[in-house]
Amino acid sequence: MLGRLGFDSLPFYSPVAFGGASVTVLGGLAVFVLVTYFGKWRYFWEEWLTSLDHKRIGIMYIVLALIMLVRGFVDALMMRAQQAIALNNNGYLAPEHFDQVFSSHGTIMIFFMAMPFLTGLVNIVVPQQIGARDVAFPFMNSISLWLTAAGAALVMVSLVIGKFSTAGWTGYPPYSGALYSPGVGVDYWVWAVLISGIGSTMTGINFIVTIIKCRTPSMRLMQMPLFTWTILCTSALMAFAFPALTVVTAMLALDRVLEFHFFTNALGGNMMNYVNLFWIWGHPEVYILILPAFGVYSEVTATFSQKRLFGYKSLVYATAAITILSFSVWLHHFFTMGSGPNVNAVFGMATMIIAVPTGVKIFDWVFTMYKGRIIFHPSMLFTIGFLITFVIGGVSGVLLAIPPADFLMHNSTFLVAHFHNVLIPGAVFGYFAGFQYWFPKAVGFKLNKKWGVRSFWFWIIGFYVAFMPLYALGFLGMTRRMERYELAEWQPYLMVAALGALFVLMGIICQGMQLYVSIRDRDREQNMDVTGDPYNGRTLEWQTSSPPAEYNFAKIPEVRELDAFWDMKQRGVAYAPQAPYEDIHLPRNTGIGVFLGGLGFLLGFAVTWYIWWLVALCFIGILTCLIVRASQDHTFEIIPAAEIEAHETARFKALAEHKQAPGDFWS
Amino acid sequence: MNSYRPTTSRSPGPTEETLDVRDFGFWLYLMTDAVIFSLLFATYVVMFQNTATGPLPVEVFDIKHVFAETMFLLVSSVTFGFASLACVREHKGQAIIWLIVTIIFGLGFISLEVAEFVGMINSGAAPQTSGFLTAFFSLVGTHGAHVSLGMIGITVMIFQILIKGLTSPVKSRLHRLGMFWHFLDIVWIGIFSIVYMPAWLI
Amino acid sequence: MKHLFLRAFIWGISLLGLLLVVAGCSLQTSPIADPKGPIALMERDLLYTAFFIMLIVVIPVFIMVFWFAWRYRAKGGSGEYKPEWSKSRTIEVFVWSIPTVIIIALGYLVWTYSHLLDPYKKIAAPENTINVQVIAQDWKWLFIYPELGIASVNELAFPADKAISLKLTSDTVMNSFLIPALGGQIYAMAGMTTQLNLQANEPGRFRGRNTQYSGDGYSMQFFDAVAMTTQEFEDWVANVKAQSKPLSTVTYNELAKPSIEHDVEFFSWVKPGLFEEVLKKYARRPAPTLRRHTPPPTQTNCEGNKPC
Repeated sequence: MLGRLGFDSLPFYSPVAFGGASVTVLGGLAVFVLVTYFGKWRYFWEEWLTSLDHKRIGIMYIVLALIMLVRGFVDALMMRAQQAIALNNNGYLAPEHFDQVFSSHGTIMIFFMAMPFLTGLVNIVVPQQIGARDVAFPFMNSISLWLTAAGAALVMVSLVIGKFSTAGWTGYPPYSGALYSPGVGVDYWVWAVLISGIGSTMTGINFIVTIIKCRTPSMRLMQMPLFTWTILCTSALMAFAFPALTVVTAMLALDRVLEFHFFTNALGGNMMNYVNLFWIWGHPEVYILILPAFGVYSEVTATFSQKRLFGYKSLVYATAAITILSFSVWLHHFFTMGSGPNVNAVFGMATMIIAVPTGVKIFDWVFTMYKGRIIFHPSMLFTIGFLITFVIGGVSGVLLAIPPADFLMHNSTFLVAHFHNVLIPGAVFGYFAGFQYWFPKAVGFKLNKKWGVRSFWFWIIGFYVAFMPLYALGFLGMTRRMERYELAEWQPYLMVAALGALFVLMGIICQGMQLYVSIRDRDREQNMDVTGDPYNGRTLEWQTSSPPAEYNFAKIPEVRELDAFWDMKQRGVAYAPQAPYEDIHLPRNTGIGVFLGGLGFLLGFAVTWYIWWLVALCFIGILTCLIVRASQDHTFEIIPAAEIEAHETARFKALAEHKQAPGDFWS
Repeated sequence: MNSYRPTTSRSPGPTEETLDVRDFGFWLYLMTDAVIFSLLFATYVVMFQNTATGPLPVEVFDIKHVFAETMFLLVSSVTFGFASLACVREHKGQAIIWLIVTIIFGLGFISLEVAEFVGMINSGAAPQTSGFLTAFFSLVGTHGAHVSLGMIGITVMIFQILIKGLTSPVKSRLHRLGMFWHFLDIVWIGIFSIVYMPAWLI
Repeated sequence: MKHLFLRAFIWGISLLGLLLVVAGCSLQTSPIADPKGPIALMERDLLYTAFFIMLIVVIPVFIMVFWFAWRYRAKGGSGEYKPEWSKSRTIEVFVWSIPTVIIIALGYLVWTYSHLLDPYKKIAAPENTINVQVIAQDWKWLFIYPELGIASVNELAFPADKAISLKLTSDTVMNSFLIPALGGQIYAMAGMTTQLNLQANEPGRFRGRNTQYSGDGYSMQFFDAVAMTTQEFEDWVANVKAQSKPLSTVTYNELAKPSIEHDVEFFSWVKPGLFEEVLKKYARRPAPTLRRHTPPPTQTNCEGNKPC
């Protein structure tokens, strides 16, 4: 009846596992009790869970990302603590537990922290930047969100019921095959990744169409803000790279569940095929994570240098070049497989070519600062931190792209340091910068600046203290994923790295404080974002109110120039009266997306535990949901012009009465 | 969060513009599906010689069977085309008849394929036998699963035409379903020329 | 509050400084910075060369970021303010061409050194090369010396004046073989062989390990590569041969079972063709004789260590 599921699946075998499970369960219970106590279930269901409003979906994505950031970071702390003490002893984590920790750290940070974070920013910002009222496929947007949440939920459930994968976030076979990893761990990993990956494919399709088809008609391609450009490229990567992940994880699932022979040692399997397919997705994925951050940096640098973005065209071409090149470099993840010098050299050179457009971007941001008036908003601090730190990561990346040099460094902590050195400044700092930058737009009040600055300093110092020792350890011959080690000369470095992790912990605590203080003081007058344009912004999202009305723009804006809103302000038409108003069509909320996410979660759980009747039920449920939705014609609702007029008039009146001028947050 | 949320009255259907956007989105979806199939093809090409201790391709494929499958699928594509034409001419009855014919041919294809699979498995050529068979069953089976889903889609569309008539959302859905169905034909031609043909030629 | 964070900053900087000093001292003798073989030395020099070439771009970026951030700061900055300035053909030409030139230079290095340091390339003449067959097991390394007919576990001994030519496979999951001080790295995969050619400059003991995560015993799956004088190596071989522990199919299967922190172990005799037998366990394609469309070979060839 319950497949492999039994009482022994509960985490009573080790105190650490039990602790993790308890925290998860208690956290879930606490949320449940609080929501019930305040009687907010109906509110959450009607206003949030079933919402098709891209701004609310974006906020939910970011909430998910922040929760998973904490979880993934706890994993990181545990690893640093283990390695700091495990010289010739087992530390406090058994090998098998340590393996789960590094696997879940990577999986969570990539799939359930970075992906939802960037998707959330994209959701909140892109439609507003292009003068649209919604995304192209609001319902599919909701499915994407809930499939991502389903994947995250599977990873969290693995803390409580059963164990997580020990095969690392890359899940290389044959180790991840049924013969060498017979438990449920890899199955949890496979289904979490597969389900959320389908969500990401749909996000990609959605935003390609949104940006191509739903722009305000007057906005030409070369007038799109740079963030929108990077998202167009990211979406293309998502749509065309994620299917590879779907294929490769589905194959691994077939190997494990039905004893197929895609990647097994025996009977004609070929594990090299897995490695190739995985990185055909995996390398574009790096740029899926990084390009949106590049977009954020472009917006932030221009806004807080109070100056036009330098070299807009260069930046667009560089972004497009990176997008295309990113599909041609995947082999650099396994130069050591013995592909021969010709193949290795070609992929090594292709990898280096990417450094050219990336270098151009760095220079363009630096020259945007040149002759500007730089304001050190936390998001600008993160940008400057990125510029310096990312260059170091890029250098170590080019070093690893030289096949003979990679032979020395492959799988070492030098590699670990390298990819954290590109992904933390190149992605996470970018998301934080975007978070700080667009927060008032999303919710209507500003983030506390002091705590933001503090979190930046802890993060950047913590980053260097945590990861520079890992570069050194790579020179000392330490490999990644070691739960214990025998060489005493490694230990001091690992202790320093653990200290760095504590600094980062302080940074995260500061971010928590920042959120708490900002929410507490949201009603103070200086914290309210009444104008909707707190930084004297340049792009269209600053024209809407904060938070924007459900329809974003009462009237679709007319774009004449690159920095459209800046141009409008120059011409004095930014807040021009917009009557006569017209009716607006908007998608009607629906719970089907939530159901599909729930069914996806159940499906993953059921396959993991071999509960076949539940698998069948889930399939029927999913099919039913899709058929029901595919037969609905009236998925829109109309907002009457009169109502829009009333609302907009009230907004303009408030604007006129309010002393605050646009952008005077800073004076 | 005190974002303004207006009250609403009527519930209109989609406009022509949103239908156009949907076609573009669906076309992109087909491209992502094409990525899936191309990777399955690549995997097959990598693995078709990995027969280990199992049978060789030429020993398990039956040319007559495959030819019949091909014919059924190609004809079903043509009949779907007739359904689309009937749809353009606003001929509800004809559209439904042609869709039913399409389903019949699709069913013919699927039953032949299931028979082929069952026969192979019974003769000891199961997907668990070798890397070659794993790749074969996965590629052809994925296509078969798509065809089955397509038939469920056609069934749903028949009912929609019966209940709603040939309204513009229904027509637009039928149009996208048609793209899907013809796409599967193209994939099948790929399967025929990459999986089956070389087995006899080499 | 401001002082608190200033203090934190100073703390961080001084920690970094301390780290750099300590690191600089101990890194000088690290296996990568202080290699013990010609291959590793060339790989390291390549690493350093590429690093210094890149400094041509990196240092100006660092200087410009800090300089611009200071000079053009909104409060108290002394730079001129040109809000509409966003294009400069000169700068564009520079920022595209300088990285391009650097990448062309690095690309030249990549091409030539990928071929020069191809791990499959033999370093020395056959008479100056020791052939070793390497089998990765859970969680240890088996080294077979086919010419000498002996084998060892977790100790790779070889005369320092000869090159070693390794042929690797795995009897378990994917492993990756690395001796940092000697350079090179290559995967070991079941049913396949890969090759690695290394050499030491002088006698010494170097740590090698599996770098590809492979399960519970992975962290302790290390071995010592011992470069010996010719005399020492002869003594070592004699010592191994005196052990009277043979490596037959039965003892091999016993050895191949998972074991953590396996001790160094020697085998005085190795069944000829054992390596090929392990390979054949995972044969993906039928052996040519089984192929139904090729005629069976007329006679079997059983000499040397080839399978029959």
